[in-house]
Amino acid sequence: MSLSKATVSALALVAATSMAAEARDQLQIAGSSTVLPYATIVAEAFGEQGSFPTPVVEGGGSGAGRKKFCEGVGEDTIDVANSSSRITQNDIDACAAAGVTQIMEVRIGYDGIVFASDINGPDFALTPTDVYLAIGGKIAKDGALVDNTAKQWADVNPALPKQDILAFIPGTKHGTREVFDIKVLEAGCKATGAYDLFVATSTEADEKAKEKDAATKCHTPRTDGASVDIDGDYTETLARLAANPQAVGVFGLSFYENNTDKLKVATVEGVVPSVETIANGSYPVSRPLYIYVKKQHIGVIPGLKEYVSFFVSDDMAGPDGKLAEYGLVPDPKLADTQAAVEAETEMGPLN
Amino acid sequence: MSGSLLTQDKRTRARNAAEARFRSYGIVAIILALLALVWLLISILGNGLPAFRQTMLTFPVTLDAAVLDKADTRDPQALAKVTTITYGKLLSRALSAELAARGIDAGTLTDKDIGSLISEESAAQLRDKVLGDPGLIGSTITFQALATGRIDGYYKGRVTMETAAKDKNTSPEKLALADKMKDAGILAMRFNPGFILLPDASDKRPEAAGLGVAILGSAYMMIVVLLLSLPIGVAASLYLEEFAPRNRFTDLIEVNIANLAAVPSIVYGILGLSFFINFAGLPRSAPVVGGLVLVLMTLPRIIIPTRAALNAVPPSIRDAALGVGASRLQTVFHHVLPLAMPGILTGTIIGLAQALGETAPLLLIGMVAFVKDFPSAPPEGLFDPASALPVQIYNWTTRGDPGFVERASGAIIVLLVFLIIMNAAAIALRRRFERRW
Repeated sequence: MSLSKATVSALALVAATSMAAEARDQLQIAGSSTVLPYATIVAEAFGEQGSFPTPVVEGGGSGAGRKKFCEGVGEDTIDVANSSSRITQNDIDACAAAGVTQIMEVRIGYDGIVFASDINGPDFALTPTDVYLAIGGKIAKDGALVDNTAKQWADVNPALPKQDILAFIPGTKHGTREVFDIKVLEAGCKATGAYDLFVATSTEADEKAKEKDAATKCHTPRTDGASVDIDGDYTETLARLAANPQAVGVFGLSFYENNTDKLKVATVEGVVPSVETIANGSYPVSRPLYIYVKKQHIGVIPGLKEYVSFFVSDDMAGPDGKLAEYGLVPDPKLADTQAAVEAETEMGPLN
Repeated sequence: MSGSLLTQDKRTRARNAAEARFRSYGIVAIILALLALVWLLISILGNGLPAFRQTMLTFPVTLDAAVLDKADTRDPQALAKVTTITYGKLLSRALSAELAARGIDAGTLTDKDIGSLISEESAAQLRDKVLGDPGLIGSTITFQALATGRIDGYYKGRVTMETAAKDKNTSPEKLALADKMKDAGILAMRFNPGFILLPDASDKRPEAAGLGVAILGSAYMMIVVLLLSLPIGVAASLYLEEFAPRNRFTDLIEVNIANLAAVPSIVYGILGLSFFINFAGLPRSAPVVGGLVLVLMTLPRIIIPTRAALNAVPPSIRDAALGVGASRLQTVFHHVLPLAMPGILTGTIIGLAQALGETAPLLLIGMVAFVKDFPSAPPEGLFDPASALPVQIYNWTTRGDPGFVERASGAIIVLLVFLIIMNAAAIALRRRFERRW
């Protein structure tokens, strides 16, 4: 009877399931959605050469990736965590508690964060000060902190277009937001004097806590709808921008470079973002991208070291490599990274 | 009371007007729903149908032994050392040689620029072809290469000369050259079987991205779901409906089943992660884990319609079977179950269709991932990493290259076709075999 046959095969499947401890032969990678396109490009090219299977790459965000990475050592844990921000001491402690004691930190290059608006709109030449005055929560006015009520970009800086302020910025779960907070909002906050006022009015006890409190307040954008957090991907920011052509959105450089037909990029402090200006440091809003490698898996999971060496090879991460074509800003010190990967150098304590 | 039956009094008119109003509300509701459906279909078909056609370049390639096999030994290991970069250069040289032979002026474009019209994937395809048949080395073959996403987008209306001027990935000169190649017959839009058959591709090659791994992964998961949830679901329903005593314990089970059917699917993903992966040690990203998670999700959705189908079999049939001396087991398996089968199958197919479209539970067990290698044949293949159809749609919508918008919509069309087939099968089964008493 067909039903009993089906039952028998189902039982066989369950039996097969319970004894499935077969060796894993492909790498498992997870983490930052900013690093994801680079990691898939490398994984694809790595698998194509035929020596090893193509690694499986998941997104999910930098923090989530590092958390999975720190779950332990063994075949059922991931081998590499992609991260668009540096690993934290909390992560390292969690890793150590789970037995992940040998971590290699590999800097694969830099990523620029750009402001872009609709291609048919006016040009924007921004500075961190302009951005903070436009979307900061509280601004300094005549030596006192007041709620931000700026309506148009021209109210902030007469050189900017007479256009209503509407900014789409990455949500707090994104690694990009951290960089935006520190390099744009905090920089603008300090330049306008709001930071000092925040420190002066802070109710915290000691100096350190006051500074921390002031920084947190600097990172808080206004909540009256002029600044909108986007929790999705850059594709969502792009779609929102298409619906609101007068808005300004925050993107990664590589995303912008793949959509130059729809977006117009803003200069920051007079510098046009590009692979060159970010590599030479003249464009201020950039950050390093990392992959974290579980050294204890080298020699256990086939191809791990080869994958990492391939990732940082000149063909991939170098100035003329495939990743630079896609928008990764090559690391000028790539040769050091290559040597460190070759020597399997573990990361030192965070400084 | 006065007046004729043929002339309506005030109250009758009011009641009739109320009915007319209610009917018009219904018609308006249906029209709204249909408009939404039409709008959805138009946007999906408009965006997605181009994914089934692809711009391809056809030109002769000489597989030079001096390049591909320097030692001239045809040793597979030596051949495997030649990377796709070498094959890519071979393709660019072959294309520019073909252009020169046909007298097409490439203007200021260099060999490298001409090569950049060819998808990087084609180099990998050529390499696979040569490694599969080393005897080809030394001969000249006619090779069909994919054009890059931007050239493809030009013929699909996504890229224009104006946007190309602002785009660092292409240029108006390259588009002009593509037009010349089209006139010469080198370049043409063709039906693209690769969209169904090829695996996913990275952000640099939207033109090569296909649904192969996703369709296979979904099929594997559906096999697991069918093999486990149908027997377990039917056995559980039979016991509850035909054998179990009615007491507080079975009531509790009943409430729980109804409750589980309404639990958000992400909850099953959390369970799958902690039980199947962390506790049972099953591999991440594997269809077997995805299937098991979907089994848990589908079971209550199969048990509920199955019990309804069993319940709909009239008691007279049971009584008659028992009356002529059949045991209860014989009654159930010879009479009740066959009569309930159409309802059970309908419920199962609809449960499977729901499972096919699920993404959330797969997120936590690592199936929302970039998977390029095909899983092997079942049963081992069930443990290899794979993707799934709805996951592939989600992945493509988050990619930066505009070429993936068309791919995602194309994948939605494929998923919709599968769902329509399954639901149509469910309706057909019901129409054909359902008995009314």
